[in-house]
Amino acid sequence: MASPTNTRLRRVLIRVPAALLAASLALLLGWSVVTLPEPATGLTGLVDAEMENSGVDHPVTAVLLNFRGYDTFLEVGVLLLALVAVWSLYLAPADRDPETAQTPVLGLLVRMLVPGILVVTVYLLWAGTSRSGGAFQAGAALAAAGELLLLAGFVRGRFRRERLVRFALAGGFGIFLALGAGFMLLGNDLLEYPPEFAYGLILFIEGALTVSIGFTLAALFFGSPLEAPEVEK
Amino acid sequence: MTSVTLYALSGMVVVAVCVYGLVSYPHLIRKILAINVMGSGIFLVFLSFSRRVPGENPDPVPHAMVLTGIVVAVCATAFALALARRVHEVTRSSYLPEEQDPPEEAG
Repeated sequence: MASPTNTRLRRVLIRVPAALLAASLALLLGWSVVTLPEPATGLTGLVDAEMENSGVDHPVTAVLLNFRGYDTFLEVGVLLLALVAVWSLYLAPADRDPETAQTPVLGLLVRMLVPGILVVTVYLLWAGTSRSGGAFQAGAALAAAGELLLLAGFVRGRFRRERLVRFALAGGFGIFLALGAGFMLLGNDLLEYPPEFAYGLILFIEGALTVSIGFTLAALFFGSPLEAPEVEK
Repeated sequence: MTSVTLYALSGMVVVAVCVYGLVSYPHLIRKILAINVMGSGIFLVFLSFSRRVPGENPDPVPHAMVLTGIVVAVCATAFALALARRVHEVTRSSYLPEEQDPPEEAG
């Protein structure tokens, strides 16, 4: 173990160069912002021109689910991958005992909040077609409901209906892939939807994604439902 | 200075502060927070650029990409936090083994 003076010296030796590095980085990045070329070119025109083929009214939703559907698709994959990685660490579930976790206020508050959150979830999902909102915002609200239920001890990290939960976790990714690949059989590209069905399809996919995203985000919080295997020490 | 430049410069400052935090503080939670907030700085820069395009409405493509980025950042943060919890379970320490003498007090 180093002596206190030595530790302080080491800390200074790390922090002074770090501060210089950060300051020069800030200057460099700031300079790059100030010297950006004018006028900027964007993709607004391209998006506006294609809006009528997208099936929805909100440009951000159109980009997410239709023009750049690939990004959204892979991002659901990343979410699922993160969950598999977290589960494989075998962290103990963050369970709460209802007897000790639930004060009268918390229990009543969660009972009153969760139905409201579910309504907000459906609204956010539907709002995504014409204004800000969409599957990820709705999924985040759903996950918040799940975390509240866990913190108040209403649900546990080790689910009894594990198979059903697994379907909910992977369903969004699966349906997205199945529909995206299914329309290839009709002569479209991967994740290209026929414009006449685009609205219904996007709403359907967003609905499935909302459930999956909500469950996955909550499951990331819950810890691993798996029993750690016995390992030899 | 336009508001776009102001937002972009603020985002860059956030990134630089986080680089300092990431390098200087050995506690794992601080490092994870630094990376997470750094991501927010980058999102701020990118979103401010969506206002640079000519026309009334901001460019929707950066918005969609930042939404995607937020989700990926959430995934990475969740996994990093789980790893930090695992490190703590195994070593009973919130510092990496390479940190020979973790500071006694949070600096």
